[in-house]
Amino acid sequence: MRAKHRAKIRVGGVLAVFVGAVSAGDVSAAVASMEGNADQGRLLATGGGSQIEGTAGGGIVPLAVLAGYGAANQSGGTAFASRVQVKDYRLDVFGAAYSWNNRVEISVARQELSLDKLAGALGVADDTIAQNVFGVKARLFGDLIYGDLPQISAGLQYKVNEDFFIPQAAGARDDKDWDAYVAATKLFLGGAFGHNVWLNGVARATRANQGGLVGFGGDANDSHEIVFEGSIGVFLNRQWAAGVEYRQKPDNLSFAREQDWRDVFVAWFPNKQWSVIAAWVDLGDIATLENQQGWYVSLQGSY
Amino acid sequence: MKTFMRTLMMLAAALSFVFLTACAALQPPPDQLYRDLGGQPGVEIIVDNLLDNIAQDDRIFSLFKDTNIDHFRQMLIEQFCHLSGGPCAYTGETMEKSHGGMHITEAQFNALVEDLYRAMERAGTPVAAQNRLVAVLAPMRPQIIYQ
Repeated sequence: MRAKHRAKIRVGGVLAVFVGAVSAGDVSAAVASMEGNADQGRLLATGGGSQIEGTAGGGIVPLAVLAGYGAANQSGGTAFASRVQVKDYRLDVFGAAYSWNNRVEISVARQELSLDKLAGALGVADDTIAQNVFGVKARLFGDLIYGDLPQISAGLQYKVNEDFFIPQAAGARDDKDWDAYVAATKLFLGGAFGHNVWLNGVARATRANQGGLVGFGGDANDSHEIVFEGSIGVFLNRQWAAGVEYRQKPDNLSFAREQDWRDVFVAWFPNKQWSVIAAWVDLGDIATLENQQGWYVSLQGSY
Repeated sequence: MKTFMRTLMMLAAALSFVFLTACAALQPPPDQLYRDLGGQPGVEIIVDNLLDNIAQDDRIFSLFKDTNIDHFRQMLIEQFCHLSGGPCAYTGETMEKSHGGMHITEAQFNALVEDLYRAMERAGTPVAAQNRLVAVLAPMRPQIIYQ
């Protein structure tokens, strides 16, 4: 338990240093401009939300866009807090991301899963599982809006599960591992009856169980496999969007089968400082508890 | 047999008439966007709003310090009218020439797009027409930035 707390402090420290390092220049920039980061060069909403692993995305699926609103020769980032509440679990996530030159993004996210019901059923005292996700994403080519090609980015996520007791009992093999993915996103101006529409597809190599919260690998499969994720959405106007996401997942544990994730979301971008995403989510079965549906809400600040 | 052939041909003619009429009904007229923007008065309001927004936009205002605003206004009106299918010819210079030496960045280009969206929102332009106008302007981006 003591080791666990030390780990939490360590990660908290990393996050603080990370946020501290990137904010010094931005605070002065924000003070210099009456509209804060309105002078950042990308269009409203094109930084996306903060996906649960910390990178720019929707709720559960990454996008090819990078966090913040920085264009070429600019930098910017995001900080976020999200909550998923389904029937028997709650997931709290907070984190930050920063990108340079609209080229490279780094991100960090801390996920805390509360599992009172499962802990009670298993008769264990540990009723949370925490995981840290460290991410990097690079825009390879193409553009979200302009030109014919979609924006294509590649990313890496290194995940460290801090509470391996329950995942191990369920048959997971490792408490840390990496995901690698390629994302392609295109926004079509006036694409659906005059409304702007985006299509997004992701191919991810992963051996994570429930995104890593239930560890990595298992008896049914212990190697990275390619899964597909996608999202599609429409802007009702410049500030409001709605869409759906789908995320395929491995099914590595014969003791605790898992299903793909999906959600229906509404996103609000009142300005370039704030965004809110709310969703109805269906996460399937999680660690033997069936039919986990509920809601998701995420608040993001950009700077 | 002859009657059958004639019936068949009449049927084909009738069907193609229905089909073509339906197509004509579904196909928007070429000046649909121009009309949705509010015709000539609508385009002029949008351009005037845009010029107001540019004048207050620190990100790009300096780009227009040597611009003849009356001429710029006229050229924007002509161009928006022409590109939206309205009854105008664009008499201005090519995009490369008019933006040559300005070294407009991606960020400045997007700032102008934002100012245009705000101009159309203030003019009460329908969202679909806003996006369609931006969509016909967007392909010019390579001739505008970094010239």
